[in-house]
This record gives sequence, structure tokens and C-alpha cells, in this order.
Amino acid sequence: MSDVTTLGVSARAEGGRRDLSRETSEGAQELASRRRTSEGEVRREVGSVLRIPEGRVLDSSDIASEVPEDQTMIINMGPQHPSTHGVLRLMMELDGETVLRTKPVIGYLHTGMEKTGEELTYVQGATNVTRMDYLSPLTNELVFSLAVEALLGVELPPRAVWVRMLLSELQRISSHLMWLATNGMDVGSTTMMIFGFREREMLLAFFEKTTGLRMNHNFIRPGGTAADLPGGWDDDVSVICDTVLARLGDYDELLTGQPIFRERMEGVGSITAEEAIALSATGPVLRSTGVPWDLRRSMPYLAYDQVDFDVIVGTYGDNFDRYALRLNEVRESVKIVRQVVEKMPDGDYRVQDKKVTPPPRARIDESMEALIHHFKIFTEGFKVPAGEVYQAVESPRGEIGCYMVSDGSSKPYRMHIRAPSFVNLQSLPVMMRGGLVADAVATISSIDPVMGEVDR
Amino acid sequence: MTAEAPRWLPEGLPPGIALSTSTLDQVVLFPDRGSYHAAVAACAAGGFEILADLCAVDYLTHPGRSLPAGEGNEPLVPERFEVVANLLSMAARRRLRLRVQVPESDPVVDSLWDVYPGAEAMEREAYDLFGIVFAGHPDLTRILMPEEWEGHPLRKDYGVGRVPVQFKEAPGPR
Repeated sequence: MSDVTTLGVSARAEGGRRDLSRETSEGAQELASRRRTSEGEVRREVGSVLRIPEGRVLDSSDIASEVPEDQTMIINMGPQHPSTHGVLRLMMELDGETVLRTKPVIGYLHTGMEKTGEELTYVQGATNVTRMDYLSPLTNELVFSLAVEALLGVELPPRAVWVRMLLSELQRISSHLMWLATNGMDVGSTTMMIFGFREREMLLAFFEKTTGLRMNHNFIRPGGTAADLPGGWDDDVSVICDTVLARLGDYDELLTGQPIFRERMEGVGSITAEEAIALSATGPVLRSTGVPWDLRRSMPYLAYDQVDFDVIVGTYGDNFDRYALRLNEVRESVKIVRQVVEKMPDGDYRVQDKKVTPPPRARIDESMEALIHHFKIFTEGFKVPAGEVYQAVESPRGEIGCYMVSDGSSKPYRMHIRAPSFVNLQSLPVMMRGGLVADAVATISSIDPVMGEVDR
Repeated sequence: MTAEAPRWLPEGLPPGIALSTSTLDQVVLFPDRGSYHAAVAACAAGGFEILADLCAVDYLTHPGRSLPAGEGNEPLVPERFEVVANLLSMAARRRLRLRVQVPESDPVVDSLWDVYPGAEAMEREAYDLFGIVFAGHPDLTRILMPEEWEGHPLRKDYGVGRVPVQFKEAPGPR
């Protein structure tokens, strides 16, 4: 670490000639050449750069750790590669076209959102977390709100719970459609890209109608939601459900049975259940290996224990399983959404606790106290009892968790988001090992990393 | 303050670990630094398959928290840092949290990497943002911040770097 720093300094001091490769170096964070890596470390890294302890999971006989260095090449993919879903940088050691070692280098989108979260009140906090996973912002808001509500000890009215459930399932559909689109793009199907974006557009239009924004909604807030659902929401949602379901059939026709697509996806990027569990993977990555772990079913939150749906699992843990799993999860989400439309209870969409909830807009015009109350909540925020809590929900990408520590003030003392993409990225080197560099793009895509959430 | 230990706690935990049930009946163990690794290993062997989350907290400006006492032990002394590991048992559908106190003068704690390989990135993140060293970690480097960055941003004595709002009357930047 220190020699890199001095190199960078001296490069700049050399009469203004800039050495970009030194200035942009990430030093020890990068994948080192074999010469600079100890033998044991290379053996671990070849097994998986994610360094599974020896003898733990991988069968080491099929690992060629003794490749002469002049036969291999370390190349960078990203951070500005169009197929890395943002600013993910992968360093890969290649032997011809075969990937020997991979190491993700991240942090290019790090904006210190956890630090920012400590400076914002609980009222403002949702606007911060919603920007982390920008493909499923409502899920981020949900886990943040659940953590705050757990510390506050407030009980939500049933309608708020069901509205939240409706929105998270629609969010899951929209996120998976986006994934189908980009994954189609990554394996060369521009048609799928257009299709996925087209269907997602309907959902974004519904979100805009409901929350006012297409993304970064700040709609699910501690204490309920920002507003009630708009008039005619049930008709909109039914249309969305019917259309999405019909179009899923089109996708099946376009991709699922298509020989070229299957060739590119089947048996590529596989991971076993044991490896996925050891690497803390959750969500579709874990379920594709056959582990039926879905927080909605296993540790129900909101009212998921009152709706009927199936947990989709794969068998081989390869890219095709992850594709088929997400496609079918959209079908299950549609099923849930239809039940939510049927069972949506009447009542209040936010808790009537004067401490947490601002007064209704109409009251502000006629009552001085309501105006003061409103002003106080939005400037000072509300105080949350001291304590600490971990809440987790199933985001489209896996378990998103929020560990929150309160010191009794109106700002979280510590707000940590357990980002599913960040943790799932650890399984990437295992999936890539021994594969072709041409499949790297499809494998990255099958994890569905959202860099905003990885780097936070 | 020490709560009743639930019957499902894994066997083989080092003796004298304090325990509390915090918000929402979430069970929290408070091993000391010496028994932290052994406690986690016992949990891993006792059915907690997944390390769901690992993060650190800097209690610099919120020091006065009370910690429970283990059986036959003095109450734990709150230190500046705390490493928090959230374990998950998929078979029993349970979560278990471990909080270990890490002093400012010697911010070193055992790495969980050999028990849970998934701890790798999370411990790197805690090292990067808090400067806590995880002994036994295979590649303890910065992960989110640039390599030549100085300081650990999530520490409470690290400034936020806020730019003050410029009002009309205030002197401008030029």
C-alpha cells in the first residue's frame, strides 16, 4: 500500500508528465500477478478469488495452479465497460480464453451513503436509502422504515401493510423485467431489451401516478406511506398483471426455448448450494442452487403469510436457472399482486401517532397547531428510543437488511444497509472460474448487481 | 439485565457469554474479544449456516450504553468500537446477533473468514470504513475507498465534509 502511494506521488512530481496507470491504480485492491502473490494465496485464488479456506468446499484436483506466468494475462474489464452494469471493474487472469482468476474491484460509485444517513433525520432518511438500489428503491425504503418502526414500536394499520406489499411486489416485477432486458442485451438479444423496457414502462407509469416519481420515490416512510393509492389503482394494477402475464409468454417463446440462448446460458456460471451458502449469497443466486430460502416465505414480514405463492428454486445454479427463476418469480409476483388487489383492506394508510405522522394537509390551512406540528416534524424530526435492531426483507436481489442503532435522538446513530448485491458479488469468482471470457458478461449479469447498492 | 437464555442456543458456546434480547425479541450475544471466534464457530456448528451481515459501529459520541453481564462475570465494559455479526439459521429460521467490543487503542479482532468465507467482503468493508483490523483475513485491503485514502470515513471523528449552503448575502466562494 505504501509503495503505491509513493509511486503515485513521484509520478506527479516528475515535471508534469502524468502517468495515468499509476494515478488510477488501486494498489493492493487489484488482482496481483502471480509473481507477487504467495503460492498458497494463488492456490486459494485459483480455487476462487473469494478465497474459500482450503479444503472447505472446492475440489482442488481440477484446479491448475501451476500455469507459467508468461502464458497468462491479467486484463481489466470495466469500470467503464458497457456490460458491467455500472462501474464494476473485474480483473481477470486469462489463459487463452479461459478465466483462471477473477477479482471484482469495487468502490467507483461509493458516495458514503451510510455516513450521509447519520446526518439525516429519520424523516429524511428514506430519501437517502432509496438511492442505493436504484432498480428497486421501494424495497430499500421498506427495510429502512421497518427498522425505524421496530425501534419506535409502532403498529401499522392494515392498509399501510398491504399497500407496501403491493408496491414491493410491483417493484419486484419491474426489477426482474429490467434484469430480463439487460440480460437479453448482454447475450445479444436486443429484442428482449426493448421488450423488457417496454413492460417496465407500464410499472414506472403506475409508480409515477402513485408516488409522483418514476424512481427514488420516498413513498414508503416510517409510519406508513406518504399517500393513499390513487383512484382507480385496482384497474391499473389488473391491466399491468394481465399484460405482464401475457408478455411473459412472449419471452418464453423468444428466449426460453431458443437454442442459441440455451447454449449460452446452460451450464455456464454454475455454483453449488454449499458454495453459495458459504459465501453468504441470498436471493436468486442461492435459490438457483436449489435452496428454497425466501424471506417472504421463511421469515414472513408485512402480510406475506396471508398470501399464496410458490418459492421458485433451480437445480444446477447456472445462468439458465437464474434466468428461469426470475422469469417465474415475475409470475409469482403477479399472483401475489392479484391477491393483494382482492384483499386490500380499507382504512388509514399511515399510523395515527402524532409523534410520527404529520397532520393532514387540510388541517394545516385551518389550524396553527397543525402548522407548527407539521413544521416540527419536517425540520427537527421525531426522536426514536435508544436501541439497535436488524430488519431484513427479500429484495429482488436477495436479503436486504438494515442494522440501525439509535442513541435516542432524531437521527440514526448508525445506519448500515446489508446490500444483497455487495454480498452476492463474492460468488462471482466462483462462477467465472474455468469459464470463457465471452461468458463473463452473461455471468455478471446473472448475479444482477446494482452498483449503487454495492458501493453505497 | 441479562435475559433468560433461549433453549435453542447452540451448544459449545464458550462459558460466561452475556446475552440480551433487544428490540423485537432479537437475541444478542456479547462475547469478549477472546471468545468471539470460538462463539461464532460454535454457532456455525450449531446450525447457523449463513453469516447474513457483519458491520462495525463507532460509539465515540454515544458511550453511555449499558451492556449485560455474563454468568459469573463483571458487566462488560463498553469500548469505542463494536463489531456486529448477524447470523442466520435457515433450518430453524432464526437470527442471532453477536456484538463484540473492540477498544480504540488496539482495534484488532479475529476474522470470521475461516468459519464463513462470506465474511471476506464484509470485513474488508469494516476495515476500510472503521479501521478495525481482522486478524487472519486473507486480503485485508480497502474495498470502497481509493487505495491511497487517508482515514476511515465512518468513524465519528471523521468529518462529513458538508458544504455550507450559500445564501445571497453570504460571501461567495470567489
